[in-house]
Formats: sequence, structure tokens, C-alpha cells
Amino acid sequence: MSAPVVDGWFTTGPEPALLGSSCTTCGTVFFPPTSGFCRNPVCDGSAFAVTELSRRGRVWSYTDAQYRPPPPYLPASDPYVPFALAAVALPEGLVVLGQVADGFGVADLTIGAEMELVVETLYADETGDRTTWRWRPVR
Amino acid sequence: MTGVAVAGVGMHPWGKEGRLFTEYGVVAARAALADAGISWTDVDLVVGGETVRNGYVGYVAGSTFAQALGWTGARVATSYAACATGAQALDTARARILAGLSEVALVVGADTTPKGFLAPNTGERWDDPDWLRFRLLGMTNPAYFAMYARRRMHLYGARSEDFAQVKAKNARHGLTNPNARFRRESSVAEVLASPMVSDPLHLLDVCATSDGAAAVVLCSDAYARAHGLGEVRIRAVSTVTPTFPQRVLDLPYLATEQATGAEDAPVFRESIALAAYEEAGIGPDDVDVAEVYDLSTALELDWMEDLGLCPRGEAEHLLRAGETTIGGRIPVNPSGGLACFGEAVPAQALAQVCELTWQLRGQAGDRQVAGARVGITANQGMFGHGSAVVLTR
Repeated sequence: MSAPVVDGWFTTGPEPALLGSSCTTCGTVFFPPTSGFCRNPVCDGSAFAVTELSRRGRVWSYTDAQYRPPPPYLPASDPYVPFALAAVALPEGLVVLGQVADGFGVADLTIGAEMELVVETLYADETGDRTTWRWRPVR
Repeated sequence: MTGVAVAGVGMHPWGKEGRLFTEYGVVAARAALADAGISWTDVDLVVGGETVRNGYVGYVAGSTFAQALGWTGARVATSYAACATGAQALDTARARILAGLSEVALVVGADTTPKGFLAPNTGERWDDPDWLRFRLLGMTNPAYFAMYARRRMHLYGARSEDFAQVKAKNARHGLTNPNARFRRESSVAEVLASPMVSDPLHLLDVCATSDGAAAVVLCSDAYARAHGLGEVRIRAVSTVTPTFPQRVLDLPYLATEQATGAEDAPVFRESIALAAYEEAGIGPDDVDVAEVYDLSTALELDWMEDLGLCPRGEAEHLLRAGETTIGGRIPVNPSGGLACFGEAVPAQALAQVCELTWQLRGQAGDRQVAGARVGITANQGMFGHGSAVVLTR
């Protein structure tokens, strides 16, 4: 069985999207989702609405992980296979980090290029595949 | 406001000896006290920089050092501010001295680090961004540094050779520094031939993690006058937090805050420096020497601009012209920087203060910046921490 590695951070299905929290008082959107208190210093809001973020954005910067990161990172394979990471600027005004989709590396990335959100398997545990959001270059 | 005087400084050499951080801290503390000519029993306040990787004795570092040096009834405090820990500890001591609540304060930071990447302590913490960035993304510290480096290449045309040149410069600076862990030349070719860690940063572009300790003895102006101490003064300690919305991706967060307005506010690192200059009543043109936090080679170039030592996008020009080398217009990291030390988190911001103290006193030996009278440190840690300390003589 396949399930998101973390609940409530992204939708699944054919057109997945990140889920942000929009402050019902000042309208500021936060990702990862938040609750309890708004971090805008001039807002004392405490309630949030779930809001889907844009599925596409542009690369702010990128890199990769040539060495296996330490725990609590769980490698998806043994031996370790390096993966790329991208910070993507969304039209909402947030830059969101994510791994880059399987099969793409730094050679496929440039700053300013368009990226699209996908959901892929991060690792497998005793309950099955745990999925996460990733950024995939738009061809 | 007059400054607080630096009465003495001391360090335990950086390395990877694996001994208890307390041992390193005591060596540094005793060295700083000897440098000041002040007895431990005359210290009325001890402030420790916390280490989070050495159990409870690390969480209560101030008390740990006080007990190790022998209980004297001194007041105690412990600070934690990630990589800015040492500066925050220094600021606590300074504030109590300025308030008239302390005459002589000892500030100590020491660490014993594991091999390899710094990583969270064990246990599952699904609400801790520092844990989540590893579990969900595999996002190490060098991966963040690499993203900044890639931005620099994109915005200003920086090249991998420039980053390598920073390492080569700092390696030369630190060659004969007795407290440095790595004391050998590094060529540009060697850096570029070292394994890629996080593109575009190679192994030799990224600082190591080290054991080490640094200590600073501060005293009041009155005490300094009475004892003929403290030609070096602390003019500013900036420990400002970021300003909402945080537009630049910062450790250990997974995203920036939503920014919808114009991008004219200073970025966080720049605001750290601005606050220091304002408090000291000086500007970047007054600075003779800088110790900046080269967690990566590329970050040294960012810091030069954040400190206003040159306009945005021109750090590479200064580097290539040799202006940031000892003997140049504005020497950066004459100690050898993190490139030669590796990072001992709670000690590192204090080590920067030790180096500038020696520089301003004219005691830096082979790495002396001639005639240095004003120095600034710069440092950034996770979770919105950072510091800049201005010292003058």
C-alpha cells in the first residue's frame, strides 16, 4: 500500500498539489502547513484554511546529494543513488524545497526553468511505499 | 556607550581528538585568563556556549565549565544560538557588564563533534524542521550552501575556480596558525579535483566539523583602567533575528515565507552587519580586517557583500585581485577561517573574536594584518540566528 510520508502536506492523484495554510485573518500563506498561530508579526490570527499551492513554479536554485545524507534520511536503495534537489519559486511568493523527480539530475536543471509538482516514492517501510512531493522539469 | 574591554583570549587548537568538550574548554579558559593576567577566582560571571551533541553536561555548559574550573560562587549563564552561540554568550556577558552587574566575565565555547555531516540527534520528531529536512528531503547543510553558491554563479558569473581560490587563499592564511586544524596549502586544481559533495561544491569547498574551544575574558572599563587591561574593545555585538517575510531560503527550513511586496529590504545576513555597524557607529569603509563564516568557500564571497566590503557581485573581483589576502586592501579570514579550522559550533564565533583580538593587538605573527585597528566578525546559524561583532583598539 502506498501512502504519503507525511499527512496533509500534499494531494495525490493525477494533478497533485502542495497544501499550504492560509491565515483567515491576514491571508498569508504558509508551507509546510501550520496551525495555532500566524507568524506574520502584525497579525494575531490563529485559524487557517487549507489552500492548494500552484503546481508549477520556477527554479530558484538547485543542487544534488552526491554523498548519502545521514539519518533520519532513509535511503531508497542500497547501494545509494545520488539525487537532485531544487528550490522552486511559486507564483504565491514562496520558495519551496523538494527533491527532483527520479531520472533527473543537475544537468537537467537551470535557474529560472519551469518545474512541475509530482508525487513519487521516497522510501518503503513495513506499511509499504511512502510517497512525497518532488519537482520535475517541464519539457 | 563605551565598549567593554577584551581582557584576554585563548583557544584550544582545533582538531578531531574525540576528547570531552569540557577538557578543551578548560584549556581555552585557562589560556584566556592567563592572557588577561586574571585569576579564575576573580571572575564573577561565567557564560557557556551550549553544545547539543554531548548530553546534559553540554546543555548546561556554563555550569559544566564553572564546575571544571572549580566552583567559586560566580554567576552562570548558558547560551544556545546554533552557529552564533559564542556571540550570543559574549553578548550576555557584555550586557551584564554594561548593566553594572559584572566586572569580569569569562565566556567559553567548546565542542566535540562526530565525523561527517552534522545531523539531528536520534529519535523521531515530525514537528522539528531540522529533523524533517533530513527525513523528507535528505537536505544536508552543504546542500543549502550549494544552492547559495549556484545562485552566485547565476547572478554574478562566479566560477568554480573562484570558489576554489577562496580555499587556496584561506589555506595560505592558516598555514602557520597554531590553533588551526588543517595547515597545508590547497591549490585551485586540488579543490576542483576533490569529490563533488553537492554540486557545485566540492569536498574542499565545504568546511569540516571539528573539536575545539575558544574563550574570551571581558571586563568593565573601570576594571580595565584599574588593571591596565584591554586595549581591544567590543564596540558592537549584533544578534538580530530575520525580518518577516524571510525571503531567502534558510537552514533548516523547507520553504521561505510568503513575500508579495517589493524586494528592497536587506537580506538577513546583510541586516546582521547593518545592526553591528549602527551600534558601533562605524561603516564598512572603517574596517581593516574581517573574519567571516566560510561554511563554504562561496559563502565567504556572499559575506563580503553582506558586510558592505564591496558592492553586490564584486566579491570575485576583489578575490582575483588579491585584495582579500593578507597585504591586500581588506584581508578576509586571516586566521584561515573555517577552511583551516572546520566548525566547532559553540566555539566558532568566539574563535573569530580571539583572532581579531590578536590582529588588533599586533600579535598575529605571520598572519598579521599590518596596522589593523578595526575588525568585524560575521556568522550565521540555523533557525534565524546570526552575529557580527565589531572590535577596535
